Amino acid sequence: MDHVVIIGNGISGVTAARYIRKLSNKQITIISAESDYFFSRTALMYVYMGHMKFEHTQPYENWFWKKNKIDLVNGFVKTIDTDHKTLVFENGNTLNYDKLIIATGSKPNKFGWPGQDLNGVLGMYNKQDLENLEKLAPNNKLCKRAVIIGGGLIGIELAEMLSSRQIPVTFLVRESSFWNGVLPEGESTMINEHIKSHHIDLRLSSNLKEIISDENGRVKSIIIKETGEEIPCNLVGLTAGVSPNIEFITSSKIETNRGVLVNRYLETNIPDVYAIGDCAEQREAIGNRKPIEAVWYTGRMMGEVIAQTICRNKMTYNPGHWFNSAKFFDIEYQTYGWVFAKPKENHAHFHWKHADNTKCITIEYNTITHEFIGINTFGIRMRHETFDTWLTEKRTIDFVINHLSDANFDPEFYKRFENDILATYKNQLQNV
Amino acid sequence: MNKNLEESMSLAKPNAQDLTVSQKTAVFIGVLGLFIFVLALFNVSFPNRGLTISVALGSIFIGVFIFSNAAYLNTSKGIKNDGVWFKSISSRGVLGWAIGIILTLFYIVLYFYPQYLGLASKGASNTGLIALFDPLSLLLSGRPASQWFVYGTLYTLAILVFGYKFILKYRHNRYQQLRTVSVMFFQLGFAFLIPEFMARLNESPHYNLPYYDLKSMWPLNYYLFDGWSINGFLSSGTLGLALLIFGVLSVFVVSPILTYKYGKRWYCSWVCGCGALAETAGDSFRQLSSKKLSAWKLERWLIHTVLVFSVIMTISVIYTYLGSDPDKFWLTRSAFLLSIGILLTSVFAVVMLFKRQELGKDARYGAIGYFIIIAALFIMHYTGTTDKIFLIKSSSLRSAYGLYIGSIFSGVVGTGFYPILGNRVWCRFGCPMAAILGFQQRLFSKFRITTNGGQCISCGNCSTYCEMGIDVRVYAQKGENIVRSSCVGCGVCSAVCPRGVLKLENRNLKNRINSRDILLGNDVDLIDLIKR
Ligand SMILES: Cc1cc2nc3c(=O)[nH]c(=O)nc-3n(C[C@H](O)[C@H](O)[C@H](O)COP(=O)(O)OP(=O)(O)OC[C@H]3O[C@@H](n4cnc5c(N)ncnc54)[C@H](O)[C@@H]3O)c2cc1C
Ligand code: SF4
Ligand code: SF4
Repeated sequence: MDHVVIIGNGISGVTAARYIRKLSNKQITIISAESDYFFSRTALMYVYMGHMKFEHTQPYENWFWKKNKIDLVNGFVKTIDTDHKTLVFENGNTLNYDKLIIATGSKPNKFGWPGQDLNGVLGMYNKQDLENLEKLAPNNKLCKRAVIIGGGLIGIELAEMLSSRQIPVTFLVRESSFWNGVLPEGESTMINEHIKSHHIDLRLSSNLKEIISDENGRVKSIIIKETGEEIPCNLVGLTAGVSPNIEFITSSKIETNRGVLVNRYLETNIPDVYAIGDCAEQREAIGNRKPIEAVWYTGRMMGEVIAQTICRNKMTYNPGHWFNSAKFFDIEYQTYGWVFAKPKENHAHFHWKHADNTKCITIEYNTITHEFIGINTFGIRMRHETFDTWLTEKRTIDFVINHLSDANFDPEFYKRFENDILATYKNQLQNV
Repeated sequence: MNKNLEESMSLAKPNAQDLTVSQKTAVFIGVLGLFIFVLALFNVSFPNRGLTISVALGSIFIGVFIFSNAAYLNTSKGIKNDGVWFKSISSRGVLGWAIGIILTLFYIVLYFYPQYLGLASKGASNTGLIALFDPLSLLLSGRPASQWFVYGTLYTLAILVFGYKFILKYRHNRYQQLRTVSVMFFQLGFAFLIPEFMARLNESPHYNLPYYDLKSMWPLNYYLFDGWSINGFLSSGTLGLALLIFGVLSVFVVSPILTYKYGKRWYCSWVCGCGALAETAGDSFRQLSSKKLSAWKLERWLIHTVLVFSVIMTISVIYTYLGSDPDKFWLTRSAFLLSIGILLTSVFAVVMLFKRQELGKDARYGAIGYFIIIAALFIMHYTGTTDKIFLIKSSSLRSAYGLYIGSIFSGVVGTGFYPILGNRVWCRFGCPMAAILGFQQRLFSKFRITTNGGQCISCGNCSTYCEMGIDVRVYAQKGENIVRSSCVGCGVCSAVCPRGVLKLENRNLKNRINSRDILLGNDVDLIDLIKR
């Protein structure tokens, strides 16, 4: 009987294990150094904010693993010996595999800032980070101010977390507007305003120069590169993106670049070794997707696919239409298809914003064929399935705008904006 | 696992839970009102009871009003669950336990020792807390207060003030606001005021109406078909008869239609008084319900046992009430048993014929319950004129039900244990009405909670805040619609979901139950492959 070993008990590793179990009787072992049981990384913020206890972030009850004959090992893999199909743990133990799935996720980026390893500096990725945060910033008496470096999705979550305990936050964002490498200008501006309305000291176009230590090796303040301003603080959150967590692999024969290199079958250069999730890097990007996709959904999808391949139904990773979602304080965001920060060649944006500055949509479309390319929606929930169908059917923007109510997914009795959006659309067309 | 992380997460106290000055003032004012009740309980006599009761009720009103405004009005619109698991009251802390114990004791006294509340023995006048409520009762119904009037007043007050708080908490969510206004309206009008006014009618010799809360349906209102109740209706002219017919119609016609169109939520989250208290005063405790699979198993056994109990009890009570002579009254004992038998058999047959594949595990309970009831009918029929069923007198069955289910389960445990087991203990484990509506919701209804394609991130907010203990995430992360008999359609799972994954909907029956193995987002061929 094949022994499938999975390093990493995140969404990708666990999804792979569950589907392999559904399809086969193979022996399955999941290894993780982070936690005994699978938990939802995306929910870490809610533990700190007191919405949930840590146990609530675990999607399966503890008996689930035994019942489904999935062995769990808590340990840190130090090296992979692909010649002997053996894993060596930090404590010297070894484990043999027939098939190996690498699903080791990411780690926070550090760009060599002076002081980046001081006590009081942390990333916001794993359970240990959360525990550290709890120690360093339990309340605003012990943490008088926190500075967050890096304006991405995790940075804004950290800002929300800290402000839930009334800890003053300074938010350093390198870009001239929040997340404007991804979001079109109108949306990005709206989120800037929203961040400020939550009393976050948002500093745009600001880079970190260095982190200053006090006499005990603890964070005392930071200095902004552009202005030289020194901001006293007790905590520094590094949230300038993540990169694949593959340091321990680089010494093995498995080929890596920024991540573990895989082909469309999610195979590495070594037979019987696969990589999925945040740590995998496609040799060639798929469509508009990045070679490394560090999001929940793609990890899950790769897990679904790899299970097929391992259970003798070899399959390429062939993701459907892009989608994603996030929440910026009180504003929910969803996206279907592609909306770029600046429209691509022959593309244009249709933008509608509600007067209350908490809802807007942007649609990217082709100016020649009028084909609908994608939508960003803020403060209005939309139906995934509907947009997925429209994208497949290559609908035009006219069609989409006229049928927008079919895609609405807001709770019942919510105010609807389709007519307003349609009116704005007609108006803009006349002005063109 | 790190002990701290598990327990309260924090070594130092997270200060998000500190009260503001105006909230402290509000707590003071509110507690002042409660304190007046305590004084009254210890027989402190107040010179002007009318004024005192107004001050007491008024200060509770004002206290909660100020508290809620301070808590929500100055914050942005959105989900307000910060610190829920740090606050003693909402995380089974000392405060939670204290409130649980006080509530439980209150219910025990209310149901079993009303004399301690000051209920007068025959002929005498009330004392203590109940006497304090006399002026209000006299004003409304013209009678002195009883322990039930005191309870009803406090119950309604709680729904109104905490309903206001809930509406502010969900300022961004019209579904939540509307259903809260609805339960506040039904509680104040239907459960509180109308029955009091109906009591006024009874001053006339032509009326002998029993207490009747129009929105409370059998079997929740298990005393509707008691002998005294039916006699009361029948001796109150056309109005009485109309009310009785309304009671029967609401169970057999109105409710099935509404449940088909909207699911059981039309009742449990929009009308019902128990639901009203759970959703308003109980809102701070919704996260305490157990999401374990074992709790779900217990729930299914318990609630269906209570249902069977209530059906048998009601049948035997009506059976005992009826006569055997068709000349006196068209509905004889035999005719009654026969029609019940036919009704149950047809429901059973329809389910088995058309819905077998959707039933799964629940089928066992349905089948067992059905057979117990049918057996009971047979035994009653063949043992003839006796008023016994399974060797128990129907009147003892009725009082056992009233004591164990009506008082202890729904009151003492159901409400007293809010801060320990969550706010819908009764609705989830005990309510026979919920069992019937749930049965229909599962099999014959357009209601479901749709999950939004592949958007779920398995965060667990939905499951945590589901007061019915439904592990919503289990369905959401599989992209499967939630079609569960216990779902009361409160909509909170949908509200707290940070990714917009859940939507309560009434849509057509096709594909309502859609278990699928692969979520939206992946290779279309793979989805097809798995579907096959
Ligand atoms: C705070 C936060 C919020 C997020 N929110 C969202 C969101 O809203 N939507 C979204 O799409 N994505 C979100 N993400 C990203 C998403 O969580 C990740 O893409 C996803 O968790 C990656 O899953 P994975 O299984 O690839 O890896 P991981 O979840 O990182 O799991 C990898 C596991 O492997 C273990 N491991 C690594 N190396 C070793 C070793 N040598 N030995 C043993 N064990 C090892 C790690 O400890 C870890 O437990 C968020 C991420 C964070 C940090
Ligand atoms: S599933 Fe959702 S709507 Fe149903 S009871 Fe639970 S929280 Fe309420
Ligand atoms: S449905 Fe929403 S709240 Fe529930 S687990 Fe998924 S993302 Fe979280």
